[in-house]
Amino acid sequence: MSTTAAVHSLWTTAADPIVKIDAPKIEYGQLAPTLIVVGAALVGVLVEAFVPRKSRYYAQMFVSVVALVAAFAAVVALAADGYATTKAGIAAMGAIAVDGPALFLQGTILLTALVGLFTFAERRLDPEAHGNRVDSFAAQAAAVPGSDSEKRAVKAGFTTTEVFPLLLFAVAGMLVFPAANDLLTLFVALEVLSLPLYLLCALARRKRLMSQEAAVKYFLLGAFASAFTLFGIALLYGYAGSMSYATIAQVVDGTVPEITPALADTMGNDALLLIGAALLVMGLLFKVGAVPFHMWTPDVYQGAPTPVTGFMAAATKVAAFGALLRLLYVVLPGLRWDWRPVMWGVAIVTMLAGAIVAITQTDIKRLLAYSSIAHAGFILAGVIAATPSGISSVLFYLAAYSFVTIGAFAVVTLVRDAGGEATHLSRWAGLGRRSPLVAAVFAVFLLAFAGIPLTSGFAGKFAVFKAAAEGGAVPLVVVGVISSAVAAFFYIRVIVLMFFSEPRPEGPTVAVPSPLTMTAIAVGVAVTVVLGVAPQYFLDLAGDAGVFVR
Amino acid sequence: MSFPLLTATAALPAIGAIATAAVPAARRTAAKWLALLFSLATLALAITVLVRFDPDGDRYQLTESHSWIADFGVRYELGVDGIAVALIALTALLIPFIVLAGWHDADPLETGSKRWRPTQGFFALILAVEAMVIISFEATDVFLFYIFFEAMLIPMYFLIGGFGDRAHKDGEEKAATQRSYAAVKFLLYNLAGGLIMLAAVIGLYVVAGNFSLTEIAQARANGELEMATSTERWLFLGFFFAFAVKAPLWPLHTWLPNAMQESTAPVAVLITAVVDKVGTFAMLRFCLQLFPEASKWATPVIMVLAVISIIYGALLAVGQRDIKRLIAYASISHFGFIVMGIFAMTSQGQSGATLYMVNHGISTAVLMLIAGFLISRRGSRLIADFGGVQKVAPVLAGTFLIGGLATLSLPGLAPFVSEFLVLVGTFTRYPVIGIVATFGIVLAALYTLVLYQRTMTGPVKPEVAEMPDLRVREIAVVAPLVVLLVFLGVYPKPVTDIVNPAVKQTLSDVQKKDPQPEVEAAK
Repeated sequence: MSTTAAVHSLWTTAADPIVKIDAPKIEYGQLAPTLIVVGAALVGVLVEAFVPRKSRYYAQMFVSVVALVAAFAAVVALAADGYATTKAGIAAMGAIAVDGPALFLQGTILLTALVGLFTFAERRLDPEAHGNRVDSFAAQAAAVPGSDSEKRAVKAGFTTTEVFPLLLFAVAGMLVFPAANDLLTLFVALEVLSLPLYLLCALARRKRLMSQEAAVKYFLLGAFASAFTLFGIALLYGYAGSMSYATIAQVVDGTVPEITPALADTMGNDALLLIGAALLVMGLLFKVGAVPFHMWTPDVYQGAPTPVTGFMAAATKVAAFGALLRLLYVVLPGLRWDWRPVMWGVAIVTMLAGAIVAITQTDIKRLLAYSSIAHAGFILAGVIAATPSGISSVLFYLAAYSFVTIGAFAVVTLVRDAGGEATHLSRWAGLGRRSPLVAAVFAVFLLAFAGIPLTSGFAGKFAVFKAAAEGGAVPLVVVGVISSAVAAFFYIRVIVLMFFSEPRPEGPTVAVPSPLTMTAIAVGVAVTVVLGVAPQYFLDLAGDAGVFVR
Repeated sequence: MSFPLLTATAALPAIGAIATAAVPAARRTAAKWLALLFSLATLALAITVLVRFDPDGDRYQLTESHSWIADFGVRYELGVDGIAVALIALTALLIPFIVLAGWHDADPLETGSKRWRPTQGFFALILAVEAMVIISFEATDVFLFYIFFEAMLIPMYFLIGGFGDRAHKDGEEKAATQRSYAAVKFLLYNLAGGLIMLAAVIGLYVVAGNFSLTEIAQARANGELEMATSTERWLFLGFFFAFAVKAPLWPLHTWLPNAMQESTAPVAVLITAVVDKVGTFAMLRFCLQLFPEASKWATPVIMVLAVISIIYGALLAVGQRDIKRLIAYASISHFGFIVMGIFAMTSQGQSGATLYMVNHGISTAVLMLIAGFLISRRGSRLIADFGGVQKVAPVLAGTFLIGGLATLSLPGLAPFVSEFLVLVGTFTRYPVIGIVATFGIVLAALYTLVLYQRTMTGPVKPEVAEMPDLRVREIAVVAPLVVLLVFLGVYPKPVTDIVNPAVKQTLSDVQKKDPQPEVEAAK
């Protein structure tokens, strides 16, 4: 009897008493911004399926605008309730952090997305096709470029209203990305924000092959970067035995309260930690477009429909820098002495390469792409500071930069000729003579990019450089000002072209946009000037928001 | 709260700029009158500042202070000392003449797009520059100063690149190319200087924790704020580099001849007589006060650079074939004198330098504006294209001669007093440099008199035979300035009275005393 029992015990054990699995506790209120946007995106899909084609555009517009405004209101309500400061905490079983940086960045992303949405919805720039108003997106994405089915789709007046739910899905991913508090959430958010963007990039109405090529490049390189990220996550999990930011941070610091035998085996293995962290940071640097992971930027910026480029350049950068900040400041502060030298190098190379390569560009969208690379370098200088003022300066810079970017790309959509947007720089010659107002507005954006005082660009640049200098990175500041000087050259060159060159006889025309694009541009100019002249309120906001919860 | 006089003086031209820019395209003349009106009203305010300023009172007067960007430690702090008052008065004085002289410079050639309004833009930009220059003379907050020091480049850039001389000999397209080259060169030089300064401004904040000139200078004087020697020197170099580009000092001067050559005469006056003064002014106010030790450390090198500027500028002026380029090189030579006076660290030297800034502004304005009238009549800037003008246009030639004589510092005209003071001030401390610099005066006589001789005397060239003399508007521009040149040449006391206490203060900041004359020391 006893022997059988012993034999049996080889393949059976006494079962634990049945326990009730606790239902996960979800703080719906604190997650409201994300939930609203996801919900609206799903509604958008239903609209696409069930609402008649004629009224889809308006229905989608309505859903998207309401969702973004409501989500922004939710962010403001949370911040007003103290979730940015005193009540900051972790929600959704440790998956999402609700704290100052998260709410600040979510607010920024939502506003940027709202302004970006206006440029998505613009339908007056392209000439009417067969009596139907069309936007910047392909009539039917599935129709092969140049084929009969494409012609039929155009003739039937189809428009790709799917862009609205796609935009909302991307926004949902972006809202989670900087707030993710464990590695899996981070990865899911990364994919949720990336996949819709890959699709959006492929949807240009004009120059469709170029647009599709850009999308494929973006997708392949993005998938590659995602794989790196995932591999990094796996290694970090192997090292710390946990996905949670807080636990990993404790293991890295060596302050973990309870060391299990399994953890004791792996936590001394620095190779796992260093390689894992490096791969993870690489994935994020890809998203922000830092050198040497920047190769996709110019092609994608150029090929994607311009409204998408503007939205992507602004909002993705905000989300990705938010995630990078949280990763470096919450998970890896114990590794500071390892990542700071590397990030120094990345920041220096990014600033210089972005500024120098931009000089040779002849296409306005590629030029802005390289300029965005240089700006990623400036922001990295603030990230490296590793001080509270570093966080708040980065937050401020991101807010300032995203509105300039979206405004600048909105202006690019206005300058057109028979082939669509006239993005070659030589076509912009003498624009200041033809349409002084548009050229002046674009000049304001360029001056803000160049960091001329009294624009938001200067306030932001000053903030990050100040933080970097206080953090002891004086050489970085010097490289920063030098590359600013280099960068100023090509911004100025565009201004020269617009104002001091004679207009070409058959130059492009400036389309008169609907109030939608006008609003986008006006918001861009207003934010640029207000943040340049009276930044105090927003600096306070960023300063108050500058503490991560752990 | 009293009336914010300094803010008003800076804000009025800014409002004028907006108002002028808003005038509809068809009402060009109204825009001109509006600009003139605003520049005259600003002059009135500047004179009020001059009257309200008490030379024997506090160091900074009419002060205003408001919180601005607390996060950066930046305050909106204004205040003027004697040096600033003199330069604000100069700026406000010159702008109405610049506006009047440029009355027809920006009339559109052909009726282009209805919305293209070059005239409105021209005058609005001039007023915008005036506003920014005035506020940078008033700012006692380093950051506030920096913002306008940089921001004024933008309107200046559009003035240089957008408006040039009519009837260019190579045709309009070539002229536009050269203009935009000059404008870009101007902007890049100054922006590079400014960005280097930005690094130093940030460094100053990291060291001092705020941007208030008065607080930092006081903390430095009390010894509350210690700076490591190397830190102070690096920061000094960052600031000085920007000011030396702006001033401009050899070897950072090469943008000036291009910019002055390609822009219209009133804009050239705006560059050299007004905007560049911010550079030399800032050396006095910021470099010496914030970094006294480093200033003393750098003095020998700067003195040598200044002397090189004097001689090099003068030599190149002798060799020029283009009238405006000649005046530009002459200005480089004169800026050498100003910098030399500042860094001689004697009271005569610095009073002389300040006086020099004012006098050089007036004398260059006379010379350049008349040169502009001359060039617009002939449609050429080349000296060789002129000859015998004094026979056909005696008033023009006569006033041109007065301007030229002022440039070569003829006794009896204003620049003589200042040049003499600078040389005396330099000589008491650096005799060798003083002697070398004196050769600059000899060369000045050469380039101005040769210029006059080649353009105004000799047989009348057929192309200039029909040249009309100065018109009423042009005489209205020149006459008051000439009167002022003579008046300040005979009786400079009003300016020196205002300037001297401020100079004494600055010298005490760097803890330098005037060297005693040896006779007295021997007693």
